[in-house]
Amino acid sequence: MSLKDKLVSSFLAFELDADISSPVHEIRSNSIKQFEKIGFPDRKNEYWKYTPIKKVLNEELTLFKKNKHLIDFEKVKDFFLGGIESYKIVLIDGVYDPRWSNTTHEGVDICILSSVLENDKYAELITKYYNKLVDNSESFSLLNTSFSKEGAYIHIPKGIELDKPVEIIHINSGGESSLMLQPRNLIILEKNTKAQIVESHYSLANDDNISQDEFSDKTDPLTNTLTEIHVEENAHLDYYKIQNDLETTSIIDNTYINQKKNSVASCHTFSFGGNIVRNNLNYFQNGENINSILKGITILGSNQHTDHHTLVHHANPNCESYQEYKGIYDEKSTGVFNGKVLVDKVAQKINAFQQNNNLLVGDHSSVNTKPQLEIFADDVKCSHGCTIGQLDKAALFYLKARGIPEKEAKGLLTYAFANNVLESVNMQVLKIKIKEIIANKIGVSLGFEL
Amino acid sequence: MLKIENLHVSVDGKEIIKGLNLEVKKGEVHAIMGPNGSGKSTLSAVIAGNEDYEVTKGNIFFNDENIEDLSAEERAHRGIFMSFQYPVEIPGITVTNFIKTAINSNLKARGNKEMPANEMLKKIREKAELLEIDSRFLSRSLNEGFSGGEKKRNEIFQMAMLEPTLAILDETDSGLDIDALRIVASGVNKLKNKDNATIVITHYQRLLDHIIPDHVHVLQNGKIAKSGDKNLALQLEERGYDWI
Repeated sequence: MSLKDKLVSSFLAFELDADISSPVHEIRSNSIKQFEKIGFPDRKNEYWKYTPIKKVLNEELTLFKKNKHLIDFEKVKDFFLGGIESYKIVLIDGVYDPRWSNTTHEGVDICILSSVLENDKYAELITKYYNKLVDNSESFSLLNTSFSKEGAYIHIPKGIELDKPVEIIHINSGGESSLMLQPRNLIILEKNTKAQIVESHYSLANDDNISQDEFSDKTDPLTNTLTEIHVEENAHLDYYKIQNDLETTSIIDNTYINQKKNSVASCHTFSFGGNIVRNNLNYFQNGENINSILKGITILGSNQHTDHHTLVHHANPNCESYQEYKGIYDEKSTGVFNGKVLVDKVAQKINAFQQNNNLLVGDHSSVNTKPQLEIFADDVKCSHGCTIGQLDKAALFYLKARGIPEKEAKGLLTYAFANNVLESVNMQVLKIKIKEIIANKIGVSLGFEL
Repeated sequence: MLKIENLHVSVDGKEIIKGLNLEVKKGEVHAIMGPNGSGKSTLSAVIAGNEDYEVTKGNIFFNDENIEDLSAEERAHRGIFMSFQYPVEIPGITVTNFIKTAINSNLKARGNKEMPANEMLKKIREKAELLEIDSRFLSRSLNEGFSGGEKKRNEIFQMAMLEPTLAILDETDSGLDIDALRIVASGVNKLKNKDNATIVITHYQRLLDHIIPDHVHVLQNGKIAKSGDKNLALQLEERGYDWI
């Protein structure tokens, strides 16, 4: 049986297990019907041209978890921000783990999505916001809508500035090799609110937790995650994604952000590994004076592949968008950047900026980068640029002439190349954590405090 | 300290230096002057170890060691420093972090321990003061958006921090206004002692009013055409390079 048929036929069992009376039952049913119609994309599909997604769509993948895997805190403690107080939602193999979580219903709601979907108290909000932004022609979004039941629910009512950041942490225990996870987040920032959210994906190595004989069916796990974000008038959201997975784990991430007037929404995506990682980041500007910020740092090695597809839909006048993605590719790693900016006829006086710079460190690494501008308004400012290159020889000589050995000089320049993307990170502890991961990835001790 | 014998250097197959001899002893200041294209910058780049330049013939000895096969960083570890004519802009690394990394790299290469943070900070402050550098300047990205004068001052600041045995100042006066020139020159003079040496490469005489050379050499067509004392520089200023 193909993976598609297997998933479609397991829907019934899944829904029985979930809750047929839930308000989202109909949404799920419609989604699986639509998925059944369109199936998975192949590389003839322009949207998937440079990412061989079929490679990870193994028919052994399953939605159902076999065992519960207990993990020591010692093994995962570095996955947390640490050093500051935060709200936390921790999911292990897609299942909420209350031990390390810190949720709240005081003034704001920061909790798990399943508890909200099953609670009548939230029915009105769910009807208003759930699955309202999702592209129903996108296979993985449909699949997530069909099968997701867990993730983070964050609702910030009018006028509240969140006192501490929220961490959403997905941990793959390594105990379930062929698991296909469908986490889903719903985030609502009402008028005049402010929040910072850090979502991260980590995996533990297989042998850390279970014996090898449990691994007769060795298929690499796939996480198909979806996040819907509503940023209402005058609200400000900073969203940070950390994708720092094992080389065997793949992630497909669909994020939909809908902004109302005078709002600011930034999304930083830090992609530091995984087998195949695909990010579809979609912004819809639903009002005037909106600012959308999309930034990313990708650092890959071995055979890893990361694909960033961004879409900024300028549907209203006097708005701005700013995209800056940097990639560092070593060994045989590959990358894709496809930045689409769509400017409607009414969206006059907008300013859209897009930049993608790539450093090919490995002799066999490659990048496909493509700006895609569709502009129907006549009084706009849209700029884009992309570069693919190696480290600057003159800069390398400058560092060496000061006594910095070649390896460290290269590391320092690589670090410097990525560094300016971090300037817009408004959270010191996160900035330091990312810098540490970068230094570690590049494989140099930077010789100074980050 | 530095002994260059019959040096021939090519860039992209074109010979730039054609049989150059030079000896610099410790405690000395040498000025190398010459018209554009005479090979002045090539000479400094070759001594510093830029691999874009190919030594086709001859030798460079530094403290009796033939340095031909040494990399740029190894030459730096032995105490050779070049102040760049065009310092490279490196966004993303601050001046402070850059100099810390450089100092500790040199210490490690010489088999010493890294410099403790408080000692480093003290030294940075002291040397910044010497060159009248504002402390805010030190937390900016290396050379990014610096004026010509700031870049040169930053080069001499690095020199002050690294305390080289041989400093080569490649056109350090270009792009400097008169005040910056005075600050840079006084910095260089204060760093001078009986054990180190300086080679000043310049097109004009004006820097030599502030840094008094013991020897002046005129480089022309890839060779030293004339050597003399500081009066040679004054004569050149008056009569031009055609006079040689």
